[in-house]
Amino acid sequence: MPRRQGPVIFSGIERYAAFKKALEMDRSAVLGEVKDSNIRGRGGAGFPVGLKWGLAASVQAEKRFVVCNADEGEPGTFKDKLLLTEYPALVFEGMAIAGFAIGANKGFLYLRGEYRGLIPVLEKELSEIRKEGAFSKKDITGKKAFDFDIEIRLGSGAYVCGEETALIESLEGNRGEPRNRPPFPVNTGFLGYPTIVNNVETFAAVPHIILKGAGWFKSIGTEISSGSKLISVSGDCEKPGVYEVPFGITLREILKMTGAGDTKAVQVGGASGTCVPKREFSRKIAFEDLSTGGSVIIFSRKRNMLEAAENFLRFFEEESCGQCTPCREGVPVLLEGVEKLRKGECSGKYLDDLLSLAETMQCASKCGLGQSAPNAFVSIVEKFKNEYKLSKKRGKERVFNG
Amino acid sequence: MKPVCAAEKIIEKNGRKIVVCDDTRSRLLPILQDRQDRRGYISDKDMQNIADLLGIHPVEVYSVVTFYSFLSTEKKGKHVIRVSNCISNVMKGSEKVVRAFEKALKIKAGETTGDRQFTLERTGCIGMCDKAPAIMVDTELVGNVKPGMVKKIIGDLRKR
Repeated sequence: MPRRQGPVIFSGIERYAAFKKALEMDRSAVLGEVKDSNIRGRGGAGFPVGLKWGLAASVQAEKRFVVCNADEGEPGTFKDKLLLTEYPALVFEGMAIAGFAIGANKGFLYLRGEYRGLIPVLEKELSEIRKEGAFSKKDITGKKAFDFDIEIRLGSGAYVCGEETALIESLEGNRGEPRNRPPFPVNTGFLGYPTIVNNVETFAAVPHIILKGAGWFKSIGTEISSGSKLISVSGDCEKPGVYEVPFGITLREILKMTGAGDTKAVQVGGASGTCVPKREFSRKIAFEDLSTGGSVIIFSRKRNMLEAAENFLRFFEEESCGQCTPCREGVPVLLEGVEKLRKGECSGKYLDDLLSLAETMQCASKCGLGQSAPNAFVSIVEKFKNEYKLSKKRGKERVFNG
Repeated sequence: MKPVCAAEKIIEKNGRKIVVCDDTRSRLLPILQDRQDRRGYISDKDMQNIADLLGIHPVEVYSVVTFYSFLSTEKKGKHVIRVSNCISNVMKGSEKVVRAFEKALKIKAGETTGDRQFTLERTGCIGMCDKAPAIMVDTELVGNVKPGMVKKIIGDLRKR
């Protein structure tokens, strides 16, 4: 295992020490510590973790479930693969602590189909955990007081299953179509029971918080975004890979760190993220500025940004579940629009129509996929105006009514 | 992989109370994945049998099979080669890799060879952008693939 360096996740920790400490603490104390740490979800949406766990714990139910979202599908993200390969014990320990805190005995690791090659490593770790009884606690009489087990479930190549309600649908053996919310999974999740779904990286941070304290965690990052973020850097740079950075780091610092020269643009947050031009490279990776699940794709000056927009929209056309109209119908129209722009056949009026359609998709789509599908298109069209020429005459364009 | 029962329920059978899993439907995806791995596709008859096993309508099974891109109703090749076409891979020349495979296998992306040995597909990001261009060969992720390596990859797979 390579020695990695970082402020939180890549800082050293004793195996399962945090779980032992959590058992000695009270359930509510564990919840309190996570709440105090101000940690927010690392998958991209940034929901406060302590709040999510508290809600699931407060619902009256016979059973509760912990789900680790390892359906890392966002283009340009590979940090969860690294965590599961090199730090599986840390992820499982975080899940067990979550289980103890909310009162769940079962956990699922929903692993994307593309990562099935990792299963032997993960199963080996799980069988060691079971053999050691690492995640069980006996009371004085020798009876089991708490027990936690984890099952690995494999996805089958659907990006939308990274959305938490679609993931739960998939776990239940259905098509991975997002549900209406509310009810939220913390209330009505897997098989109707309260369920928390968190990202791999979120669970990997939890043992550190329990062992080193919420105060320590808050001392890293910015006031609003506590802790650190794993970023997956790819594209035009000398040293692509996974880096752990404190929140608040600027894009310029990331470019320097990864040896990127002559950079024109950085796509932050993958296909569903935003494209940042050179003049804005002092912007920060943080929930209050550029919120991301970790994908950082670097574009050098020779790249065509409309080609990138087209690539992202093709991806969404393929991955849209087709359930709601704004996403299913909107993505192909935007894609056609980019093709027109590239050919110089798009008029200014039509571009305005496309941007208005993008806005409709952002507010009217059912889930995060549809809501964020137009993001890259909008940011590229608005910030890279010199990359395309608008047609003076109106071509064969769709008619938008209303 | 030993399955863990997600939710138990107590039922009465022959006057005795026994504990069973009531997440039968939730096992659908693992069952389908197993069938896909063994046979390379899921036939109509398989869907009927699985539906009977779980006590659901075959159409529900069909709806699930057709939703996921790694499950198929048509027989795939013994080896499935998927070339990532996310933007990081495209920038590093993944299309050249696709063309090299197309040329070597004499099929287009999305097709299966006549001898049912190989299926070639494009796929979204496979989490190997730092080692682009990358491909997924069956369950294995391979990074830094160059068009010149394609013949050797195919040759090695033929021996398996």
